[in-house]
Amino acid sequence: MRRLHRLVPLFLGLVAATASAQMRIDVSGVGATQLPIAIAGFEGRAPQDVAAVVRSDLARSGAFRVIDTQQTVSDTAPVDFASLRSRGAETFVAGSVARLADGRYDVRYRLHDAVKQQPISGESLVAPEADLRLAGHRIADAIIEKLTGEKGIFSTRIAFVSKQGNRYRLNVADWDGENVQSPLVSPEPIISPSWSPDGGRLAYVSFEQKKPVVYVHTLATGQRTAVANFRGSNSAPAWSPDGRTLAVALTLNGLSQIYLINAADGANARRLTTSNAIDTEPVFAPDGKTLYFTSDRGGSPQIYRIPVSGGDATRVTFGSSYNVSPRVSPDGQRLAFLTRRDGRFLVGLKDLAGGNESVLTDGGAEESPSFAPNGRWIMYATQSGGRDTLMAISVDGRVRQRLTSTLGDIREPAWGPFSN
Amino acid sequence: MKRHTLATLAAVATALSLGACSSAVKLDDPAPVDDRNAAAGAAGAGGANGSARPVPGSDRPVAQVDLQPSKDPLNDPASPLAKRSVYFDFDSFSIRDDFRPVVDAHARYLVGNKTRRVVVQGNTDERGSREYNLALGQKRSEAVRRALTSLGVADTQIEAVSLGEEKPRATGTDEASFAENRRADIVYQ
Repeated sequence: MRRLHRLVPLFLGLVAATASAQMRIDVSGVGATQLPIAIAGFEGRAPQDVAAVVRSDLARSGAFRVIDTQQTVSDTAPVDFASLRSRGAETFVAGSVARLADGRYDVRYRLHDAVKQQPISGESLVAPEADLRLAGHRIADAIIEKLTGEKGIFSTRIAFVSKQGNRYRLNVADWDGENVQSPLVSPEPIISPSWSPDGGRLAYVSFEQKKPVVYVHTLATGQRTAVANFRGSNSAPAWSPDGRTLAVALTLNGLSQIYLINAADGANARRLTTSNAIDTEPVFAPDGKTLYFTSDRGGSPQIYRIPVSGGDATRVTFGSSYNVSPRVSPDGQRLAFLTRRDGRFLVGLKDLAGGNESVLTDGGAEESPSFAPNGRWIMYATQSGGRDTLMAISVDGRVRQRLTSTLGDIREPAWGPFSN
Repeated sequence: MKRHTLATLAAVATALSLGACSSAVKLDDPAPVDDRNAAAGAAGAGGANGSARPVPGSDRPVAQVDLQPSKDPLNDPASPLAKRSVYFDFDSFSIRDDFRPVVDAHARYLVGNKTRRVVVQGNTDERGSREYNLALGQKRSEAVRRALTSLGVADTQIEAVSLGEEKPRATGTDEASFAENRRADIVYQ
């Protein structure tokens, strides 16, 4: 990617950094264009500073230069546009938080055009105390969508695995690493978490039975089903876009081959690939008709595609002797993957229509790329200071966010879908 | 390099175990018990008066039941079966000549003991994709499984699985650690 060369001088230092009990995010770089937006404190008392969540989200996106007005302005108050313009703001957000009789909170905001001096949009959200952060994320989503046309990912969640000593945790957190919860804690490894399209379930591989077995785990209830526990190894679960089918790698005939099973109960296993080599890491294209996967059938591990209805596989990657871990962008236009160049493992990006392959990262110990649901970010695992950490990079390579954690080594990120 | 170290350690371990075995043989020898009984009798006979009589209650024989240690060669540290790991060269999935005797020994044992089952666990070093490494580990365990099968072991006695890079025996990031983790282990169930 040509822009990569320009990345280094763009490391202007920290745009935003926050620390929480368990996770820390450091952001570097800025977007190609930054919209100057002023965000006032929201009027009213609440246990969570909602305006701070909005500021933090928009700053981390790299698409905004956030100006803190250092004052509280209600959504209904008159706006001092002259003062905002003198500070370079082109847009302005004011808001309020009010506690309702039932204990919930009414969060309101208004987005103004400071140049035209008129309101653009506004909303009222009712949230229980526990969801005040989520209300802030929703407001940030609405603002970025209104101003850039890009659907925000601030209210999405991520899954990842942490390892501390001999204890493994499957974790779910807000996109910014806050609000970490652990649906599974195990003395044995957990890998390859994969979100169901509705965001309600995670499929993953657990070694709790001293071998890899694929489970589907319902987050709200903790109910777990071993959907692929065949003789040999069971791994690499990937959801079909309709949430009904899982593609998995099974070893029923020796080496890993790709099978389709029912996501609900693991029934109706049918073999999709037939090779005398390794076929693994399946992933569905968004249209549900094509499956990308890793195979070493040609001598080196490369990414191939095959119709979900069966047929011949076609090789997709060429630029290295090691191209694995395919992930298709939500619009189906691009492929992120792990590529080895000069002994270093990096995240590659391929334009599926144009065929260009580029390298997006420069860490060297990358693994497990995962697209944000709006396709603008890729999260991946890497190493820093001898520990496993997570990074998110904008697909234009300009903005990076590093997530470190007090949970120990963190790895295997999976970015969840948009939620309603 | 690493393997040489291991081989040396194995030799030391074997020597130590053999030492333990020879002392175990002494414990099984019934002779000292007989000697003690005889000595007790002699002491009575050499007493002050010649009219020795049996000490009341002295007729209390104790019969010994000797539970021999298991003859299962699987538990014999000197047996080739004590070796349970098969190492692989970098980017290779064929069994090296120096590990043929290990595979042969386990094949003979499993053919002779049809009720025994093994899980063959394949492992890899940590570089690259976890899922692809899981598949590579399977390729190693599958190589061992096929070798055992070709030597007559029943399919039902073996399950080949992979632990990929997830359960490294060596945790370093040097070549010696990577070599230690390019391995399949034969685990008896």
